[in-house]
Amino acid sequence: MAERTLRGKTAIAGIGETIYYRHGKSPDSEFKLALQAVVKACADAGISPHEVDGFASYGGDRSDAGRLASALGIRELKFSNMFWGGGGGGVCGAVGNAAAAVATGMADCVVAFRSLAQGQYARYGRGAPVASVGGDDAFLAPYGLMSPAQRFAMKVTRFMHDHGIGQNALRAISLACYHHAQNNPNAVMGGRPLDAATYDASRWIIEPFFHLYDCCQENDGAAAVIVVSAERARDLRHKPSYVLACGQGSDHRSAAPVHNMPNYPSSNFGTIAQRMYDMAQLGPADMGIVQCYENFTGGVLMSLVEHGLVPADQANEMLVPENLYVEGGKMPLNTSGGNLAECYMHGLELVIESVRQIRGTAINQVKRNDAAIVIGGPMVTPVSSLILGSEATL
Amino acid sequence: MSTTYLPAGLPAPSSGPDGLAEPYWDGTRQNRLRIQKCQGCGAWQWGPEWCCHRCHSFDMAWEDINGEGVIYSYERPHHPVHDALVGHGPYIVVLVELPRYGNVRMVGNLLGDPQQLVEIGAAVRAVFEPHEGYTLVQWTLAG
Repeated sequence: MAERTLRGKTAIAGIGETIYYRHGKSPDSEFKLALQAVVKACADAGISPHEVDGFASYGGDRSDAGRLASALGIRELKFSNMFWGGGGGGVCGAVGNAAAAVATGMADCVVAFRSLAQGQYARYGRGAPVASVGGDDAFLAPYGLMSPAQRFAMKVTRFMHDHGIGQNALRAISLACYHHAQNNPNAVMGGRPLDAATYDASRWIIEPFFHLYDCCQENDGAAAVIVVSAERARDLRHKPSYVLACGQGSDHRSAAPVHNMPNYPSSNFGTIAQRMYDMAQLGPADMGIVQCYENFTGGVLMSLVEHGLVPADQANEMLVPENLYVEGGKMPLNTSGGNLAECYMHGLELVIESVRQIRGTAINQVKRNDAAIVIGGPMVTPVSSLILGSEATL
Repeated sequence: MSTTYLPAGLPAPSSGPDGLAEPYWDGTRQNRLRIQKCQGCGAWQWGPEWCCHRCHSFDMAWEDINGEGVIYSYERPHHPVHDALVGHGPYIVVLVELPRYGNVRMVGNLLGDPQQLVEIGAAVRAVFEPHEGYTLVQWTLAG
């Protein structure tokens, strides 16, 4: 049997993003935003939208693959796929699924995308205005535990407690994202720099670790990437970003009801990271580009630890702003501003930033740009992460 | 003066749509705290599920337990995410571990001053908080 791996078989050949808006500010409908992102990604790759033959998404995206295929006049749809789970847990999984479809010959040109106009639908950060709740929520909502931040806060409390990590580590993550957004003209938080004093003085969303600036935005926009075979990517106009590995899934019983997952203080990447590194034949030290999904900074911390990028017992020393800035930092983090300060595009903006970094066309360009790790939405289940690389990593 | 920890208007718990949790809510209305115990292998299980995660038996009994636990983690939300909480101010949610019952965990509010210092590892006990049509289990510092 041939080696079972994704390594180097496919590549991201095109990237597309709409203008990113504050939530409720998009003049265009969510589906129109999706179409714009796909058309832009195709143009970037130099591929006609008629040649797309598959769609992969996540987070229950409302832009249906069949409608997209019809609207774009796609000749033949060969692959349509939705990654289970909420939020951005599936962002890297969607890219991985697109790559798997291409690598196995199920399809030839698959778009992984996310479209989100929260102003036109329900916001994530509000409890549902309903009279009663069943299932897991029956044991949570009556106690005032409803929003994503509230669902995850106790994981962070316990993790910080277990490892003796302080608020400054979370502050550094937030400062790095805002810092990098200031050079990015498409960043929603461009022109709104953040300093340590403002962070410290910002209101509590949830004690003990969630200040306002530890929490992501909610936005309107869409983003897409085009996945094709490695051979095809080499003939297209941009330097390919090869898919080296994707890890997805969850830890043992990570969705156990009423917060009974055995490994509670976790981003849920504990069992996934090594599997992904093994497939990529690379390790954490090789990752010059690090993009890590921020729903909340506490999730970033746990994700970095569980991917071996920051040992828990060194988090207080390593997670300081100057270490995370592109100018001289040892581990530049979320170099376009990420979910916190570029756009809450459910992490697809992090995949796109990794591609720009590998191409060498990023606004905040890192020097060591051959291998990129993208870590998807933490603490939900299932979760996913991705390693991309330049030709030099093959 | 309100007799409940949080203001009225939050969503009420329902055992629907599949009735899985009905024995729990029946129990709390009678001031009894019950969780699942597998009749196949003896494992305690919480929250409720149709089968045992350890031995896959579908013979899941509901057994009364005493409400002694320790605080495993906590949070103090400030930002109101529901209309019923607007203007209310911070409140405390605790995750309580029950060492005598396989370390299952339960979520509730920690009664008392919402600004109190919360310590992971502190002993707590369950108290019943009746509402219109259902009863919540809350937690108070033991001793």
